[in-house]
This record gives sequence, C-alpha cells and structure tokens, in this order.
Amino acid sequence: MKRALVLGTLAVACAAVAQTPDPTAAEFDKFREIMEQDNPAELFEVKGEELWKTPRGPKNASLEKCDLGLGPGVVKGAYAQTPRYFADVDRVMDAEARIVHCMITLQGFTQAELAKAPFSSLVRTPEPVSIVTYVAAQSRGMKFASPQNHVKERAAYETGKAIFHYRAGAFDFSCASCHGVDDKRIRTQPLPNFTKPEQAIRAVQGWPGYRMTGGVMHSLQWRLNDCYRQQRFPEPGYASETLSALLTYVTVNANGHVYRGPGIKR
Amino acid sequence: MADPMKIRATLQGDVADVRVLMAHPMETGQRKDAAGKLVPLHFIQTITAQLNGKTVFTADVSQAVSRNPVFAFKVKGAKVGDKLSITWQDNTGDKRTDELVIRAGS
Repeated sequence: MKRALVLGTLAVACAAVAQTPDPTAAEFDKFREIMEQDNPAELFEVKGEELWKTPRGPKNASLEKCDLGLGPGVVKGAYAQTPRYFADVDRVMDAEARIVHCMITLQGFTQAELAKAPFSSLVRTPEPVSIVTYVAAQSRGMKFASPQNHVKERAAYETGKAIFHYRAGAFDFSCASCHGVDDKRIRTQPLPNFTKPEQAIRAVQGWPGYRMTGGVMHSLQWRLNDCYRQQRFPEPGYASETLSALLTYVTVNANGHVYRGPGIKR
Repeated sequence: MADPMKIRATLQGDVADVRVLMAHPMETGQRKDAAGKLVPLHFIQTITAQLNGKTVFTADVSQAVSRNPVFAFKVKGAKVGDKLSITWQDNTGDKRTDELVIRAGS
C-alpha cells in the first residue's frame, strides 16, 4: 500500500506571541503560503465555472454573454479591471455587482431574491459568490488595473474616499479609524493602511477568500458588509453603488499590484 | 448531487504526487443548527483511488476530518497518460467520482 498522508484543512491555532510586529507577520505569511497550496476556494472556482456556463434562471440562459467590461463573455483578466464604468447601466460596478446585474438581465433573476440571503453560511453558498470566485480566478497573476478614465469612475473614487473617511455611528467610527493610519493592529492582526498604495493591495488580495473559521467561501461584498457591521453602521445594500464606490477607492489605490487569485483566510 | 473534486497529480520519475480537494460538509453529528436541532452525521466514509482501473489506494475516513478536506498521497508506477480516478462515498450513500489523465509536469 502506498504511503498515505492525510491532511485535513487544518485550522491551526496560532499561539503567536507578538514580540515585534515583523516576525509575527512573517509567520502569518508562511502559514498562508502553506494553506494556499491546497485552497478549498478552488472547489468554488469549479462550481462557479459550472454556474457560469449552465443555462439557468427563468430565462434559461447561461452567463456566457455577460459583459464584465472586456466584451461579452470575456472572463480572462476582467476581475482585475473592476470596478469600472458600464455604459449600459451608466454607473460603476464591481465584479460581483456586475455578475448580479447579468443574472438579472440575462437569466431573469430578481435583485430582491439575490439580495435576500447574499452571504455564505455553513449550509449554503450563494451562486454569485461561487461565480465571482471563478471570475476572479481568471485574473490570477494579473495586475490590478481598475480604470479611472470615465468621469463616473473618477467620481466613484471620490465617493469611495468620502465614505472611507466618513465618521458616524455609535462608536464614531470610519473605515479610516482602523485602515487610515500605519501600524494599527487588532490583537495580533496588523491592520493595513488602505490610503497607501503598497498597503491598499491587502484590501483586495486574497478575496474572494475561503475562511477556515467555519469553512465558508466569502466575497468582498460580504467583507465590506462585515466592516459596516463592526462599525455599527446600518447595513449597506448588497451589490449597491455605495460598495462599488468603496471598492473603487481601495482597488484604484492598489492598482499595479499583482492579484494572486482567490485566497484563504484564517 | 455532490460537487466536483479538484485533483492534481505531479509526476516525479514514476511517482505521482496526488492531491485531492473534496467538496463535502463533513458534519460530525455534534453540531446544532439555528433551531437547536442536531445536524445529522454526514461524512465521507471511504475513498478509493484507481490507476487505469486498478485500485492503488483506499482509505477509511472518520467524521473527525474537516469540511472540504484535502487528501494527499503518492502513487508509485504512474506514467504520463495514465488515468487516475478517485471516488468517495459518504455515510448517506452519496458518492462522487472524478478522473484525471496524468500529464507530464502537471
């Protein structure tokens, strides 16, 4: 019998005692590197590809005519070039918002039913999450290049920037409270400063991501929703213009950095 | 129906390093749902790998293995063009088989 090595996708409890921030970060990086070799996100990638290509919905259509910004059906490299302006809807959309738009227009789903339970749980992964994982994987190894050519793209950046710095809520919080200055941390988790290009990449790198806590696949829509929750803000609309603007701000800040594909999170 | 697996095989000499990702909830039978009811036991029980139809690896798996698990094993005597097929069966009788043709440097 051949030697069998059985690995679960282990949730390793990191008993990292931070002495200086750097060795801790290095350990986290090493950990991530190991986990990325067999990332369950790939399962959702396969699932998403199937969903992309299968005729579904009331109109029984596939998403292969969906224009993600590079032409109908072009998936390769499209994710790294979102959020971007789409003339047919006259607004800036991020990748998941665009996929939702295509599911509505091409397949006949409704915004209400897609927004009803848009986030993954132990028992269910919403279809847009798997699809965006597939689409994102087709930009693996490419540089982020969210365009700033159209006037609405520049407006979305400014709106996103304003939202990012907007202080409100029970805690008088803004995104910038945690992510607007260098060297902040929550417990052992260092917080990147998204106003700086070299750190802004960490807002979008590794998303969509498989979270080992609970073993579920999550997209950036979920991540931003959770930021709102942590700030005790009212819940933002799923696939809304607000979140597209916020994503425009952080992605444009991260432009030029290489996207490594769907990631794995602790 | 069960979701597809993701199989990778890297050939080094005549040894194939196989890594398989399986999509499965792997319920332990201990977890409770939102309504407080026990979620029934649901886990992969057996795994079989066949190289060109000949069984080269079997495993009995318990519910102690994580969700969406990864399994890695080595198969000796593999060569380019060989068909590797992997099957899992869970305690509810659900099963899934996926295949991979071993390629050079894949």
